[in-house]
Amino acid sequence: MLQIRCPWCGPRDEPEFRYGGEAHLRFPGNEADPAAWARFLYYRDNPAGAYRERWVHTAGCRQWFHVIRDTTSHRILGSYRLDEPPERAR
Amino acid sequence: MPEHAFHNPDFLWRNPDPKPSYDVIVVGGGLHGLATGYYLAKNHGIANVAVVERAWLGSGNAVRNTTIIRSNYLRDESAALYEHSLKLWETLAEALDYDLLFDQRGVLQLHHSQADVRSGTRLVHALRLNGIDAEWLDTESVKEFCPLINTSQDIRYPVVGAFLQRRGGIARHDAVVFALARAANRLGVDLIQDCQVTGFEKAGDRVTGIVTSKGRIGAGRIGLVGAGRTPLLAAMAGFPVPIQSSPLQALVSEIVDQVLNCVVMSSGVHVYLSQAHKGELVMGAGRDGYTSYAQRGSFHIIEQQVADALQLFPLFGRIHLLRTWAGIVDVAPDASPIIGPTPVENLFLNCGWGTGGFKATPGSGWVFADTLANGRPHPLVVPFGLDRFERGDLLDEHGAAAVAH
Repeated sequence: MLQIRCPWCGPRDEPEFRYGGEAHLRFPGNEADPAAWARFLYYRDNPAGAYRERWVHTAGCRQWFHVIRDTTSHRILGSYRLDEPPERAR
Repeated sequence: MPEHAFHNPDFLWRNPDPKPSYDVIVVGGGLHGLATGYYLAKNHGIANVAVVERAWLGSGNAVRNTTIIRSNYLRDESAALYEHSLKLWETLAEALDYDLLFDQRGVLQLHHSQADVRSGTRLVHALRLNGIDAEWLDTESVKEFCPLINTSQDIRYPVVGAFLQRRGGIARHDAVVFALARAANRLGVDLIQDCQVTGFEKAGDRVTGIVTSKGRIGAGRIGLVGAGRTPLLAAMAGFPVPIQSSPLQALVSEIVDQVLNCVVMSSGVHVYLSQAHKGELVMGAGRDGYTSYAQRGSFHIIEQQVADALQLFPLFGRIHLLRTWAGIVDVAPDASPIIGPTPVENLFLNCGWGTGGFKATPGSGWVFADTLANGRPHPLVVPFGLDRFERGDLLDEHGAAAVAH
């Protein structure tokens, strides 16, 4: 089980959270072609190593936030608020 | 590579060094990769084939699955593909001359609410229209078919009916690995273990070979059958795939007498349970929520799975859990496989089987061998191409999983 640091509530156990997938996705814009829409809707990065992703503290403060996690070890490298840049992760 | 890694019966196949080049290279020596190699030689007479595997045969999801075989998929495209596979299973032991313990003991999917019943009976009708066996059982018939299930109406999620596919069942997964490897080897296919792909060689937009831990190997055509590691392979080849790789956990109990006569699943209560011929109860849990390449998951998933199973089978409350494990599964946004050409010429893709690939082993190998041999998608897999995401023509089969993933 993971222990995740919620930026508002501190470290809590994984079952309090829900996973939200890749972070920092950009809306492609109304003029985008089908390929760009497919990328936005269906393609998510899937690296072996550090991954910036979103989590929501469902059974806590219900806030969304960002986590950097190593997908080869599950080690959490830091978490940061939606209005913070990844460099602020701790 | 640890010494014990090759304690599989290696006398069933040679362990050749790779040749400088092959007509076809299959990347990934799991069940689908082995089946692809076998059918390339058997159906298409293409024996100058290598199946390359980064670890050893039978090291990954091939022997980490819950061995369940069925073809109860709602959509016409999926039903055709999985039924093709089930039909191949019915003669596979004979074709491979190997006892696979393929046992059509029936797959029972329980339903617990009126909404559940509506979707279950819809599935029965859809399957029958596609010529696939399917029956609807009421609570009494469920009790008759599988007496161990708690059909009491005063539990939180009482059984109000069930879908039954009598031709569904189980097989011994490691026997399937051995049988396919032996058969492919006999037909001249090189099975190359401990051979990790680290890159692709290209001439313009065309792939011409692979770079591996055992050196460069040239190829006419290449098939990627890398399951959970497909996104990493595709990235090396220079294109993305809409796949997320996550841990999927399973567990077995200690060995007990034969007590359970069929496969039982329930997406409502989250149970996926059968009994192996040796006697272990085999359970499949839900997918862990996050992406991973670590081949392990979180323990609360196991705890939940066991709690759910005990609600339907209170009798199993005193049986010990023996072992849990996780495989990395590749799941597409619509929970259907992705099979066909890629943006790179001569490079073909067979992935996204995710949480349900075992049942598809012979069908997947059959259609992918045909795709590789002819350089175009097999007619059954035309709807399953990578291009469906741009067209928005998805094949939603989330409901086909035995449990909610």
